[in-house]
Amino acid sequence: MSGIALVIFGSPADRAALGLAGAAEQLGGASRAIVVEDYQPEPVLDALVEACRGADVILLSNDTYSQEVAPRLAHRLGGACVGDGTALSVVDGKLRVTRQVYGGKANAVIELRRTPAVVWLRARSFRSAATPVAALLSGSESGDSRRRTPKIIERRETKSETRLEDARVIVSGGRGIGGPEGFANELEPLAKLLGAQLAASRAACDAGWVPPAWQVGQTGKKVAPDLYLAVAITGASQHMAGISEAKTIAAINIDPDAPIFKHARFGIVDDYKKVVPLLRQKLAGLKS
Amino acid sequence: MNILVCMKQILDPEVPARDFRIDAARKEAERGSASLVTNIFCENALETALQFREKAGGTITVLSFGAPGAEDTLRKALAMKADVAALVVDDSDANPNPLTVARVLAAAIRRLGAFDVILTGREAGDWGAGQTGALLAEELGMPYVAFADALEPGLRIKRQTESGWEILEAQTPLVVSITNDEHNVPRIPKVRDVMMAHRQPLTQWSVAELGVEAAEYYEVIELAIPQRETRCELVDVDTLARRLAEVAAG
Repeated sequence: MSGIALVIFGSPADRAALGLAGAAEQLGGASRAIVVEDYQPEPVLDALVEACRGADVILLSNDTYSQEVAPRLAHRLGGACVGDGTALSVVDGKLRVTRQVYGGKANAVIELRRTPAVVWLRARSFRSAATPVAALLSGSESGDSRRRTPKIIERRETKSETRLEDARVIVSGGRGIGGPEGFANELEPLAKLLGAQLAASRAACDAGWVPPAWQVGQTGKKVAPDLYLAVAITGASQHMAGISEAKTIAAINIDPDAPIFKHARFGIVDDYKKVVPLLRQKLAGLKS
Repeated sequence: MNILVCMKQILDPEVPARDFRIDAARKEAERGSASLVTNIFCENALETALQFREKAGGTITVLSFGAPGAEDTLRKALAMKADVAALVVDDSDANPNPLTVARVLAAAIRRLGAFDVILTGREAGDWGAGQTGALLAEELGMPYVAFADALEPGLRIKRQTESGWEILEAQTPLVVSITNDEHNVPRIPKVRDVMMAHRQPLTQWSVAELGVEAAEYYEVIELAIPQRETRCELVDVDTLARRLAEVAAG
């Protein structure tokens, strides 16, 4: 594959950007990287169409802005798009992308039949590139110059840490946590000790215990941390679809038959309210 | 304000993994005994449209491209109080690619009239390509906003991002894809409305009548059920702490 362009929303030093460059290395290496600053949908799309012209493959990550522009970028360049890729290969000069379908119950290999192939990836599923992305930078694009709509007029952060997709360690709570107090009093201090980001299942988000941006699963974020600690999460297939790329899954659940134990490498069958305070003590002890 | 909501009927995503089978020749899921349901994000989109109509007035048209049975999805949408329904019948056995879907929907929308806002679900619970809204916007030459969970008259769109949310100011016409939120949980239609919905007119077209041909985009080469079952090692709290600390340290 020649002419691989990376489109990066965020910093070129982010794990997601390094994963994009790593994915490109499997195909022979990226030839350019475009960083988008100050995103506005329509002007940025126009700018990317120009910046990506001539590329055979365009790789993006799985953040909101990437998913918003990727199919449109493919359409404007006469290409084809596929999303949520976890593996790439080239057969007879055509790019093939592996992705989960049916909420993780099946894997599909999809061959793109138009050029350019525009693909958004679960970026952490790919090992980081050997060379920094900064070396590939061919320019940055900014979207605020023209008066066009839709225009983003207000941004609010409900979570100031790293994006969940970039997190190396995630502590996640489910319906069994029982309320917002469980997240605040038990999981938050535990996450702090592990240097982890907090996340949640759909049930916990729908109940309003934690913000919707924390949701992991088929209808939430798709994450690929080194460690995913599932606390009081049953592990329905819809949830597992969001964490299938996690390297190690650990579980704490009161129900020995919970499906999460079919995916976890290690865990404890007990009430999290008993386990987590003890676990925090032990972890604090290990630290000092 | 006239709103059109695109809706897809899919295999029930709640079907347990042990009952899920694949037809290797068709590279599609087997229907088996699973029921067909409306994709949840499409229902979130309809609910968002209904709430918007309560504030700003106007009409809601629902449109589906699918098997003849997708009429059920549209009848339910009428029972939830959509005004007009249209179905493009997909008589092929193959799973249409996202560009073909967008072209079919665009052709149907042009026949149905002029719309200020066109809503789609964020993705479908079957193939989950997540492209219909974006490609439809391109086919119709309209701007696009993804992952919205609320529309306010004006027009203001609230959408979810990785780190929180943002508000966009927009002019019509445009295409918006909708994700789920605590405020757009689909309403349950009244029994009387369900019965009335069965007597309402419903426009039907074939793909040929719309003059749309299947587009080349991508092909499914393989579809397989992953075999991954890990044996979970049950440990005590001491070991759990030690192993968590090890993995977390990298």
